[in-house]
Amino acid sequence: MSIELEDIIKPENIVYKKTPVLTDNVMHYCPGCLHGVVHKIIAEVIEEMGIQDKTIGVSPVGCSVLAYNYLDIDWAEAAHGRAPALATGISRLHPEKYVFTYQGDGDLASIGCGEIMHACNRGENIVVIFINNAIYGMTGGQMAPTTLLGQVTATTPYGRDAKLNGFPLRITELIAQLDGTCYVTRQTVHTPAAVRKAKAAIRKAFENTKKDKGTSFVEIVSTCNSGWKLDPIQANKWMVENMFPKYPLGDMKDI
Amino acid sequence: MAKFRGAIVVDKEKCKGCGLCVAACPAKVLDLAKEVNGKGYHYSQMVNPEACIGCASCGLVCPDAVITVYKINVQ
Repeated sequence: MSIELEDIIKPENIVYKKTPVLTDNVMHYCPGCLHGVVHKIIAEVIEEMGIQDKTIGVSPVGCSVLAYNYLDIDWAEAAHGRAPALATGISRLHPEKYVFTYQGDGDLASIGCGEIMHACNRGENIVVIFINNAIYGMTGGQMAPTTLLGQVTATTPYGRDAKLNGFPLRITELIAQLDGTCYVTRQTVHTPAAVRKAKAAIRKAFENTKKDKGTSFVEIVSTCNSGWKLDPIQANKWMVENMFPKYPLGDMKDI
Repeated sequence: MAKFRGAIVVDKEKCKGCGLCVAACPAKVLDLAKEVNGKGYHYSQMVNPEACIGCASCGLVCPDAVITVYKINVQ
């Protein structure tokens, strides 16, 4: 018995499709950028929890500055690094809303280091999604605080040197020590299994907001294939080989 | 014979041809097309549709959410 494609491609047989929380706009991200995957899993979590009209996102400065074009929820745009401060205000004024920030490593770990530390230390009832790709992607691939030792970027053409540029900042480990946080984890999204795990982590973070438990911090180790000068598949491989030893995956805190 | 048959539909015009779905497919169903879409990207397509098992791995890793996955039970 042969089965034609027309017999399979029917609406009742759909097992996976784009969630309606994502808009139809074409994302401006480079081909293969993992920002798209993270947007998608956040949108899926919002759809599954049925909180589309109760969620407020705070977008950062960086590649994901235009995130408000892609998720069909309410958004606010923060100054560079100040997303946790803005989210603090929003969540205190609207305690019934689900407030999350979406920040890159240049935004969160560099210019916004003070804001994130104090927001997490106060235990604001927000979710922080932290995309760590070890580089400033939007501005053309300069060194970020999370850039690995020896990694070549536009501002470290001979590789990051500890003597000159300092060491890579493992900010998630620092945040896990703060008493205000209830859930601190590091995930990635380069394989289907990792995508499922990261989605479960983000779901848990949003559930924590519902229970008013404190700050939930989800780091996603990600790639920047344009900044790293690799194709998307090679970039994923480079991430597994070089990023994971420095930034090991897993839950750091779950109370 | 495979217990499940699957098929995917790619939104050709929105696909950026990054190839992550091709690498993620466990049944080697997908490849990038020789032709390009309106933006000049070699979009993803099924080159071996009989092998598709509808696992949705391609859909999960797609950064642009352009893949819809269909699956039927054939037993």
